[in-house]
Amino acid sequence: MSERFADRSLVQLVSVRFKEYTREPEALFWSFGFPILLAIGLGIAFRSKPPDVVHVAVANNGPRAGPLADALRRDRSLAVEQLSSDSAAAALRTGRVALVASPDGVNGVRYEYDDTRPDARNARLIANDAVQRGAGRGDILPIAEQHVREAGSRYIDFVVPGLLGMTIMGGGIWGLGFSIVDQRRKHLLKRLVATPMSRAEYLASYVISRLVLLAIEAAVLLGASALLFGVPLRGSVAAIVTIILVSALAFGGLGLLLASRSQTIEGVSGLMNLSMLPMWVLSGVFFSAENFPRTIQPFIKALPLTATNDALRANMLRGIPLPSLWPQLAVLVAWTVVCFTVALRIFRWR
Amino acid sequence: MTDALLVRELRKYYGDVRAVDGLDLTVASGECFGLLGPNGAGKTTTIEICEGLLAPDAGRVELLGLTWQHDARALRQRLGIQLQETQLAEKLTVEETVRLFRSFYDKGRPVDEVIRLVQLGEKRDGRVGKLSGGQKQRLALACAIVSDPDLMFLDEPTTGLDPQSRRQLWDLITDFKAHGRTIMLTTHYMDEAEILCDRVAIVDHGKVIALGTPRELIGSLGAEHVVEFALDNGAPPLEERTLRALDGVRVARPLAGGWELQVGELHRTVPALLAFLAERNLELAQLTTHSATLEDVFVSLTGRQLRDE
Repeated sequence: MSERFADRSLVQLVSVRFKEYTREPEALFWSFGFPILLAIGLGIAFRSKPPDVVHVAVANNGPRAGPLADALRRDRSLAVEQLSSDSAAAALRTGRVALVASPDGVNGVRYEYDDTRPDARNARLIANDAVQRGAGRGDILPIAEQHVREAGSRYIDFVVPGLLGMTIMGGGIWGLGFSIVDQRRKHLLKRLVATPMSRAEYLASYVISRLVLLAIEAAVLLGASALLFGVPLRGSVAAIVTIILVSALAFGGLGLLLASRSQTIEGVSGLMNLSMLPMWVLSGVFFSAENFPRTIQPFIKALPLTATNDALRANMLRGIPLPSLWPQLAVLVAWTVVCFTVALRIFRWR
Repeated sequence: MTDALLVRELRKYYGDVRAVDGLDLTVASGECFGLLGPNGAGKTTTIEICEGLLAPDAGRVELLGLTWQHDARALRQRLGIQLQETQLAEKLTVEETVRLFRSFYDKGRPVDEVIRLVQLGEKRDGRVGKLSGGQKQRLALACAIVSDPDLMFLDEPTTGLDPQSRRQLWDLITDFKAHGRTIMLTTHYMDEAEILCDRVAIVDHGKVIALGTPRELIGSLGAEHVVEFALDNGAPPLEERTLRALDGVRVARPLAGGWELQVGELHRTVPALLAFLAERNLELAQLTTHSATLEDVFVSLTGRQLRDE
């Protein structure tokens, strides 16, 4: 074949896909800018803070109030104010302080707090410890402590793999769905089918262009979150590339299936939202899917986005190697095979 | 030499609607053949079956001696197609679009040459979305000819265009014809068919109701001219019999609000008509004449106007 590489139909089709994409500035923002902005926003909102100070009040009745407040102040995690009995009661009611301590009887101490609030119970434990130590109580058993604040267990570490999963899903479903239905609506698909164009090459051009764009999107998102927040990548590069690739094929298949019959943008939008909504909610993008009832867990686990997110998290945060992720990969491969098979069977070429 | 296109007993039904109902066509190699008819006559269904985009319910279609059942791949390589109302990708440039279509064919013409032929040289780097209607149609034509096809299908190539753009397209099509290409086009513009086509088939309700050269068809009326007139409101109704008795009138036919007379010679009929009306004190509200066209052939065959706008 003396044909120039650039004049091959597959090369032409793929290059057309890129041109259509890069000449749409909004699309560039949604695939690159949006996930990064979201990661930055969430990273700031849920950044790791120094341990919280617990606010408590000492009710100012009697001469023992001063020494009681001093005893409490010795614990640095307590912020202590001395208030009149009325103000202390008001502060407790409005939640400005978690606990009110006041002298009681000859040498006793009385605590007032809401025992249903975890922070109030916490305040009582700390305050009582400070009071008892001030009165001379010591530790009976020796204690050793180590503080663990490691990258990988923060909220940002949880959410970045979720955002990557969401990007893969959105790219596959929107990237294929809208473009194909738009071409069908404008009779361009019919015009292309009237040429000797290979239908396999036409579909391949979408898959290839999506994979290349996704590689860039994933690199940008992971690079930015590693740089800005130190989100770890504990698994091998080959493993994460494989997970992304298999996920991209599954969502590409789903996108193709959703686009296989629709003749209007409205129609395909409805289908796409219908299929993506359960995954946005259930698949553990922003919070763990373990929070949902046990009875629906098998359904959740069968969703492709759950499989993607679980595999990405296990690999990125815990460095779990590919062979141990076979259940997630199997779910994704099953989606890929089923979606492509059905889509190609029912695809409307006119 | 084999015919470029052979259609026999073609049928395509959509439920109760008989879009194509036993249609026969033969198009010779090198011919420009027109499929004429009102909207909904079955022209597009017929041409899309010929293009291999629709499967017929019954009938035989042979193109260049090949059939869609056996030689689909080879046929696709040899046809040039322009569909009705295809919107090409708006984000691509003219050149990118033609280059994409060129890439689908094993052989064809150079992209630059095709762009120059359809006079889009100045727009070659312009986005498709920014082209005018006429320019878009010429680009669609460029995509049809880039494969240097043996047989070209053009479905309503000038619908919706301004007169100047139509004329430009006619020139292009005439040019391809001069190069010995076989062309089959559909149109509901009679003037277009008269100018471009060697032969036309008038199609109505999925059947061919007349076939021949434009000259033959017009000649079949037996009348070179058409006189249309209307009387003032309130005038007593005229009878066909009395009008047909006028000098030179071949056919008299009532129209909405008036009459149509098909006549051999205007200079004999018009004075006779005026004298006839003056004799009865009838006032003319309107009087027009024109040379007989394919439109009149259609009206005379079906009793309906081609375009019932």
